[in-house]
Order: sequence, then C-alpha cells, then structure tokens
Amino acid sequence: MEQTPGTGGPRAADPGRPPLIAPGYTSATVTDKISAVVLRGTPRWWFAAFGAAFLLVMLLLGTLGHLFLKGVGIYGVNIPVGWGWDITNFVWWIGIGHAGTLISAILLLLRQEWRNSINRFAEAMTLFGVACASLYPVVHLGRPWVLYWLFPYPSTMGVWPQFRSPLVWDVFAVSTYATISLLFWFIGLIPDLATLRDRAKSRFAQIVYGMLAMGWRGSARHWHNYESAYLMLAGLATPLVVSVHSVVSFDFAVGIIPGWHSTIFPPYFVAGAIYSGFAMVLTLAIPLRAIFGLKDFITDRHLQNMAKVMLATGLIVAYGYLIEIFMAWYGDNRFDVYMSLNRMFGPYAFQFWSLIACNVVVPQALWIKRLRRSPVFLFVIAIIVNVGMWLERYVIIVTSLHRDFLPSSWGMYSGTVWDYSTFVGSIGLFLALMFLFIRFLPMISIFEMRTILPEARVEEARK
Amino acid sequence: MTRPRTVRLYGQMAEFASPHDLLAAAGAARSAGYRRLDAFTPFPIERLSETLGHRPSRVPMLVLIGGIIGALAGYGLQYWVSAVAYPLNIGGRPYNSWPAFIPITFELTILIAGIFTVFGMLVLNGLPTPYHPVFNVPHFALASRDRYFLCIESKDPKFDPESTRIFLEGLSPSGVFDVEY
Repeated sequence: MEQTPGTGGPRAADPGRPPLIAPGYTSATVTDKISAVVLRGTPRWWFAAFGAAFLLVMLLLGTLGHLFLKGVGIYGVNIPVGWGWDITNFVWWIGIGHAGTLISAILLLLRQEWRNSINRFAEAMTLFGVACASLYPVVHLGRPWVLYWLFPYPSTMGVWPQFRSPLVWDVFAVSTYATISLLFWFIGLIPDLATLRDRAKSRFAQIVYGMLAMGWRGSARHWHNYESAYLMLAGLATPLVVSVHSVVSFDFAVGIIPGWHSTIFPPYFVAGAIYSGFAMVLTLAIPLRAIFGLKDFITDRHLQNMAKVMLATGLIVAYGYLIEIFMAWYGDNRFDVYMSLNRMFGPYAFQFWSLIACNVVVPQALWIKRLRRSPVFLFVIAIIVNVGMWLERYVIIVTSLHRDFLPSSWGMYSGTVWDYSTFVGSIGLFLALMFLFIRFLPMISIFEMRTILPEARVEEARK
Repeated sequence: MTRPRTVRLYGQMAEFASPHDLLAAAGAARSAGYRRLDAFTPFPIERLSETLGHRPSRVPMLVLIGGIIGALAGYGLQYWVSAVAYPLNIGGRPYNSWPAFIPITFELTILIAGIFTVFGMLVLNGLPTPYHPVFNVPHFALASRDRYFLCIESKDPKFDPESTRIFLEGLSPSGVFDVEY
C-alpha cells in the first residue's frame, strides 16, 4: 500500500515548473476561498445568467411538448436520412461528457496532480452533458413513451431486447456511464459537503449539507476506505470511459452504410470525445476562474496542460479523417470511394471543409507557446473545436446516409427550426444545471486541493 | 472542566496544528500502548491509518465480488434471454453468440463493481451516521478545515480520564478535549 496514488498523494513538487497553486495558500485559506463561493450570498449576475438559461430550458420543454403532440415529423428526418440533428447532438453531448471522467479517473491513475483543481466541475460537466445526451435518443424515438422496451424486463408480451444490437449496447453503456459518473462525483463531494456543513452559518444550510455529507468525520478509518474506493472507482471508470464512446461508435460501425462501416471508428470516436471534452472544460474554466477570482487555483499551467491534451487528441482525430479517406481509396470499394468524394465535394462540402478547418487547421495554432499561454485565445480555440466536433458528427451522419448504394434512394437533409430549438434548449439545460452547481456546490474539490499544498507533504518532511 | 461525574466519555481528543505533529502523536500513542485510536484530518494522510494500527481496507474485496456478480449476471441475462426465453435467429448467428454479448457483460461488470465500491465504502465507514460524539467538541468543526485531531477512545483498555489526559497534553497539542456522549 506504500505506492497508493489515492487522491493525489503528497509528492515532491517538480522543480522548474510553475506551481499548481499560487504560493502562500494554506489549508485554511484554500478552504475559505472555495467554500466562500458557495456560502456567501448569491451574486446578482447569477440570477440573470440562470434566468437566461432557464428561459432556454422552457424553450426545450416547449419544443418537446410540440414534438410529443405532433411526432418526429417536426424534425427534418426522413428516409434516407433518418438520423439528423438528434443523433448528432447525442454524440456531441456524450463526447463532451468524456473529459470529466478522463480527468477524474485516468489522470488520477497517472498521478497528474494538476487534475485536482479541475476534476470537480469537469465531472459536473460530464453529468450534465450525459443528461443532455440521453435526452436525444429518447425524444427521437417515434414513441418515446415506450422507452422502457429497451430495457430487459419480464414483460407480459414475453418479448425481450435483442442483445446483438449495438443500439441495446448503447442503452447499457450510457446508463452505466451516467450511474458511475454520478457515484464518482458524489463520493468526491462527500468530504467537501462535510466542510460546507461545518462552515455554513445558516441552520438550513447546515442541515442540508449535513444530510448530504452523511456524517462524514474525516476519520482515518474513513479516509482509508475512502481512498481505496476512490482509486478502485477510478480503475473501473478508466476502461468505462473508453468503452462508452466505442459503443457509441458501434452504432455506426456495425451498420453497412459506406462512411460508417469502418474499424477505425472506436479509437477515433474516443479521441474525438476527449478532444471535444477538453474543449468544453476550457470553455467553462476560463470564464469561471475569471468571474470567481480562482486564478490562483486554476492557473495558466492548467490551461496549458489542457491545451496540450487538446492538441494531441486533435491530431489523433485528424489521423482518423486521413485514414478514412486513405482506406476508401486503398480498399477500392466504389461505394466508399464515392462516399469520400461526395463528402469532400458533394452538396455538404461546406460542412466538411468547415469541420476540417475547425478541428484540424485552427488548433495547430496551439503549437505556438505564446498563443497557448493566452486564455482569451484558448477560449476562442475551444469554442471553434466545439463547433468543429459538432460538424464532424453531422457530416458523419448526414453525408453517409443521404447517398448510399442506390441513386434512386438518394435524398437531401436539413434540420428544421424545431431541431434548432431542441439543440439550443439542451444547451440551456446544460447551462442551467451548471449555474445551479456552481452556486450550491464547491466547484473545485477542496480536500484534493489541500493534498497538493506544501503543508500536506508529510513524507518528505519526515525524511 | 466542571462536568458532572455522571457524564460518560466517548474518549479524549487532542488538537494539532499540522499533519506532522499528528503523525508523531499517533506514533507515540501507539507506542504508549493505546489501541483504540482514531484521527480526524481535513485530507487523507499517507500511513496515518497504518500508524494507528487500523486494518487494511476491505473495499477492494467488495469491488471484486461486485465485479464477479456483474459479469455473471450480465452474461447470464443475455444468454438466458437469447438462448432460452426468447430465441431469435438474427442472420443465422448462434443463439449464444457470445462476442455480441461482451459489451453488455463488460458494462454490467463495471456497473455492479462500481455500486459495490461506493456503497461498500459507505457501509464500511458506517455512513450515514448523523450523530457522533466527536461532533460534540466545538473545535471539531475545524477538522474539515485545517486542524488535525487524535482521539483515544474510552473503550481502550489503557484509557483513564486522568492519565490519558496527561499523556495527550504531553504530546504538545494546541488543546485537549473531553469527548462526551
């Protein structure tokens, strides 16, 4: 047990690198600073921001109400393009959700201590991203009210799901992912909820945080089991995060449609998910740290590390695009060749080249150190990557479906105003949940920040 | 301390300002023969639980059990549904087409193992525990901020309100408190 990485066990700081936390902080000041965001009154801008997001949630509910009354005909989908914005948005949101678990689990196992200041809100982002994502496959079902048919249950009809279908795998993958992400997020919160319980002034807050903390005392016995559980959960979540987007990619790759039927899909989807997830973490982290004055905790070094992860995964994604085109040519299948040419020069060429510009060309600017160091620039790049990753899924879905094997079954697709309002509404849902989260829960993991303070480095002091 | 003789003690608690002092004190208490010890800290401290003589965590065993249950249940469900309860011929594949059953088997392994991890941790820690005597010490609220506490429980065979107090005061703490029920 000597080598337990745990929740970022104390280790020597790297000399020659900027610290992960600005100098001069102690356990007390870190605690006070992060918990103050939650415990002091609500800032006025919060009401405006939450209110705006809430209006978009209403837009989403209105759209869904209309959808349930009229049916999926209100969306632009038809034969041949049966998956449009809905599945594009599903894959986009679930991809965004991957960075949270990657940061919490994989970077924990790799002992990347810089994750400690971003893991909490990245996990929240994951949860809310998965919540938005799981909305889409449900609402685009023709009959969403029989959603439960997807789950195996002893029905009076004697019918069971068909377990050889990737769509059923998807149900299990996404629901497992949502559950494990929620558990991971919640057990990470328990010690911080105890801190809030002890620091809260109002009786109501003490009771609510106290109930959520479940009587956490920070006892050595607690911490011992806790660290073990946290590490185990990280070990479980690591293959899970890889499996979820692989299963999502099977939804496509198992089909025989040219442009989908490809073995590169799982790794390339996983890389894309991490790429878009880090882009979203940057999109959220840069304004949050400015608004709440948390630049001492989410330092420029954190932003740069995330930019590097983005650059690396972006290159994997670019490799995926290249290999798809190469395999179409090398495989010499006329349908694959046509699909590739149609993607690049057909009616959706604009979307394709925009995606290449957003995902491949623009992010190369991250090679330049000066640009990587500018938060404003990183914010812009992150937004561009978010757009690019959305376009990627749109291009994969629409250009593959709209012209398949038989020219007689070709067609064109475009989203309708209801597609737009569902998408904008789901962004509103995501933001509304995010605003509630930053208002009522500590957005940075307090206890994990304490472990990277100089005073926590017990082992070196003893030597 | 003007407390009536009738109040029972859960134990006595010393407060320290740094994790180093706490670790040293925990070692000293252990060498002095105390066995019912616990420490309270704002973050996990390496070797603290070994120093206090606590047993290794049983969480990993629970994870393994949960994982095995999940794997067997996941595969068993798919086998039973696809080969026994509702056999369907999909493209001439065997009813027990095991490669297609791997993704869900894997997901359920992770799901059940994860649930066992979290709830196992809570059960082993005896949570939720809304009331605990240590919360009666007013200073204890700082255990979730920047203070480190060592508690010797009254169940310890060597515990004695007078001598244990003297022992704890000898460890140069910033305070020693009685923990009352």
